[in-house]
Amino acid sequence: MNSDKVTTSSRANFGWILKMAWRDGKASGSKLILFMASIVLGIAAVVSIQSFGQNLKENIQLQSKSLMGADFTIDSDKPVNERVQGIIDSLGGAGAREINFASMAAFPSTQATKLVQVRGIEGNFPFYGELETEPATAANKYQQKGAALVDATLMLQLGLKTGDRIKIGEISIPIAGTLISVPGSTSIFSSIAPPVLMPYELIEKTGLVQTGSRIGYDYYFVADPGTSMEKLENSLEDVLDINDADLDTHTSTSERLGRRYENFGKFLNLVAFIALLLGCVGIASAISIYIKGKLRAVAVLKCIGASRRQTFLIYLTQIAFMGLLGGIIGTAAGILLQQLFPLFLGDLLPVDVQMSFSPRVILMGVLLGVFMSVLFALYPLMGTLYVSPLQALRVQGEGKENSGKAGILVLAGIFIFILLFSYWLLEDWRYSLAFVAGIVITFSILSGIAKLFMKAIKKYFPSSWGFPARQSLLNLFRPQNQTLTLILSIGVGTFLISTLYFTKDVLLAQASIEAQTDSPNMILLDVQTGQQEEVAQTISGSNLPVINNIPIVTMRVNSIRGKPVNEIEKDSSSGVNNWILNHEFRVTYRDSIIASETIEQGEWVSDIGDTELVPISISDNFAEDAKVSVGDRLTFNVQGVLLNTVVGSVRTVDWSRMQMNFSIVFPEGVLEDAPQFRVLTTLVTDEESSARLQQELVSKFPNVSIIDLRQVLTVIEGLLAKISWLINFMAFFSILTGIIVLLGAVRTSKYQRIKESVLLRTIGATSKQILKILALEYIYLGVIGSLSGILLSLISSQLLAWQVFDTPFVPSLFPFLVLLPGISLLVLIIGLANSISVIKSPPLVVLRKEGL
Amino acid sequence: MAKILNVHNLDKTYSSGSKKLTVLQDISLSIEESETFAIVGPSGSGKTTLLGLCAGLDRPNSGSIELCGTEIERLTEDERAVLRNKNVGFVFQDFQLLPTLTALENVAVPLELQGSKNASKISRELLEKVGLGDRFHHYPSQLSGGEQQRVAVARAFSNEPSILFADEPTGNLDAETGEKVIDLLFNLNKESGTTLVIVTHDLELAQKTQRILRLKGGRIIENPISAS
Repeated sequence: MNSDKVTTSSRANFGWILKMAWRDGKASGSKLILFMASIVLGIAAVVSIQSFGQNLKENIQLQSKSLMGADFTIDSDKPVNERVQGIIDSLGGAGAREINFASMAAFPSTQATKLVQVRGIEGNFPFYGELETEPATAANKYQQKGAALVDATLMLQLGLKTGDRIKIGEISIPIAGTLISVPGSTSIFSSIAPPVLMPYELIEKTGLVQTGSRIGYDYYFVADPGTSMEKLENSLEDVLDINDADLDTHTSTSERLGRRYENFGKFLNLVAFIALLLGCVGIASAISIYIKGKLRAVAVLKCIGASRRQTFLIYLTQIAFMGLLGGIIGTAAGILLQQLFPLFLGDLLPVDVQMSFSPRVILMGVLLGVFMSVLFALYPLMGTLYVSPLQALRVQGEGKENSGKAGILVLAGIFIFILLFSYWLLEDWRYSLAFVAGIVITFSILSGIAKLFMKAIKKYFPSSWGFPARQSLLNLFRPQNQTLTLILSIGVGTFLISTLYFTKDVLLAQASIEAQTDSPNMILLDVQTGQQEEVAQTISGSNLPVINNIPIVTMRVNSIRGKPVNEIEKDSSSGVNNWILNHEFRVTYRDSIIASETIEQGEWVSDIGDTELVPISISDNFAEDAKVSVGDRLTFNVQGVLLNTVVGSVRTVDWSRMQMNFSIVFPEGVLEDAPQFRVLTTLVTDEESSARLQQELVSKFPNVSIIDLRQVLTVIEGLLAKISWLINFMAFFSILTGIIVLLGAVRTSKYQRIKESVLLRTIGATSKQILKILALEYIYLGVIGSLSGILLSLISSQLLAWQVFDTPFVPSLFPFLVLLPGISLLVLIIGLANSISVIKSPPLVVLRKEGL
Repeated sequence: MAKILNVHNLDKTYSSGSKKLTVLQDISLSIEESETFAIVGPSGSGKTTLLGLCAGLDRPNSGSIELCGTEIERLTEDERAVLRNKNVGFVFQDFQLLPTLTALENVAVPLELQGSKNASKISRELLEKVGLGDRFHHYPSQLSGGEQQRVAVARAFSNEPSILFADEPTGNLDAETGEKVIDLLFNLNKESGTTLVIVTHDLELAQKTQRILRLKGGRIIENPISAS
């Protein structure tokens, strides 16, 4: 009984803390349901996206050879020259070769015509993967039989069967079977121009291989085992490039494909992260309710000798364990959920994704559960450190508030976590910092709005209002009010959901095509100069207008500002993009700009006068990638003839318009005599006239390819529908988590409201009056919170559209018409549902039940 | 006899905004080992605040407190918690059992905090002693008020404290049940020789102790006098 008995901690060890955490958790587990739900939803969203992305990447890598059908290919858009042929021979000769082009095909048995991708194949292609046909034997026999394999969807659409004939150009051959899948044909392109496989030697006889046709020559190789694809690519790339050919290896192709899906994945990752962040807000609010209910017990424990550390650790252990459990359930849910993604995305995916469990993602999900719970629970948990044991004696001492320093440390920890995690998802410090800064600014603005709101009510208090209206307003700034917490939670939740919605708007608007009634919807490609008049007559003969008759001349860049292309290629510091140097440009000439263009710099020159330098107009992206501006000289190689030009103007081009747009436009009077072909457009009114015109054109001009934009539109719309399904599905997670946050926030203030309502009831307030007070209070909070959230999201979406997506943003009314009343109503319903017991039961029963 | 609690010139004020509220002023008292002692006074006289200060639950603005031979104002919060765990027992007006623990677990907590290996066995014996041998695994919400207070008494004695502070121990009980709890408290006090300090405004209960201190408005209006 003297001072030597006093030590700094009691003898109870960590085992006791675990025991206490377990005992207490066992009895109060149900109170942590909100907390668990927040973690599970957040983790499930992130894990499903991460795991699916990982699986997709692995599958693309695994199936890279069967995606290509070979180890590597050499391809060119013209017949290969001797040098390239020499390289092909030195590699042991190609195992298979192919000529491909888009062309109209006619099917005499059904009188139908359709734009198809003709692939003339020689050799045993594919070497990897499978040529899947029906009947299966057709894959091996079509070459010997001199027959074609026709895309399965096309066969079905046109009601074709094996044995029917297909007419391509000058020849008509039998259909050997249905083509179910073939390496190298992507499903998106296939829906516009479905693949038709035929023997290589018959291609010549179609008569379609002529100037103006966009023809691809592909050579397929099988490498010796152990050949390094990277070395092969490095050693041949340059020499092939100079000779207008290109080498693609199965590894580089799969990497490119992987990258394309990575961008889409990044957006989905952000969506999932928003769900996770909402989950974190949910954790913080659920834990703060939970800890509030535990403060009495903490005071008692301290009274009977437990230290601050011990009481803190009891609840921290509990939360970490619940976080672990939530992490495990969330991860399992995420892994199950990802199985649904292929259903949404279907043939958008380049490979059949075989789902496997990625240990990395599983570990991330589980650890994230623990880490997130502990981090976001720390601030409310710190409340236990400052509980005075005096509270057990009903004496309200001068309870210390959470220490400022510790609070700042926790906040800093939270922001570092968000920053690191968003970097992990986005792999870009700039975007991650902007993301975190956006969150800080949002929180600050929302708290500002809440404080301003309270001040304004105080200052302009409507003393003339009736009792319920006045009382409900008074509640908003009474001592220990929850106005700030509620407006923050409602505001942040609405902000995130609404930003997600607006971003989706921006993304989808960028890709969508307005149905312009007067713009052309049928494009005729590869019309030879000699055919143009006859083609135009055929169109007019069907009582349809010829809207455009656009000349096209192909050319390549020869030099930029006097520096030849091959020198620029060697100069790594030039900054000129490769496509400028290698691309075969399709150039037009005309006397004025068109509706989709605006002059950004310089002046449009329609009359070239006597100058030797031709003043041309280039698009802004060409100017940027070629590092040229007005006044710079460019020399073009127009099929062997060098043409000196000067940049006269730079145009902004709206590429998203479904029409013929050009990077380079010449004035009239220069290219008229160059070898060229024409693109004609018309506007067909219905399916029938479209089919009739196509049939007529195909029979008269077999070399002309016809694109029916309405079909393309249907394909793109289908594509967008699938993407928006997935985005909506992920947004649903955020909304669900948002509701949980809302529940948490409303429950936080439940006890105080109940106490007050019981008091009012005791002194004679009617149910109607209490209901009115509560309803009005929740309506104020709901409207202010959600309106500020939506307005803020309008600003952030505008910034996103401007900075990230570089596209104009026209907000839809959905958030205002649906989200604002929806969330306000939800706040009202949740609030009233929580207080209904007060109105229905006698005051004493309520007090006893709620332990107040 | 040795003094177990010495209080000298104790002052306690609370600030509320810019105002200062003096709750206790110039309080001095001392209590001997095994003594029974009552602090009485009307509501707001500072009884409970004094009890809290004596048990080291709060710090005075001035003055000194020596509990079980230790000057407690020099100890940190955690050192005071350990001192309480080893030497002090508590009985509260509203029982203050941990709602998520069973009766047995509630009684065992102080012993477990000491690292005792026999916590469960001792707790069972104590619960039997207070007549709750059949309520080991009941949660507080499943017990009546009297039963809850008996569990609290068992818990208060479980660590064999040198001094037991009881804050209005019968305040929430009916007269008959209150009587039983008080008998239990005094019997256990006699058996184990624990000093008993009771805060109450029930003069009848105060009369049962050996000495009474009267407080009013935060000051001693009558120095400890023998109850008899």
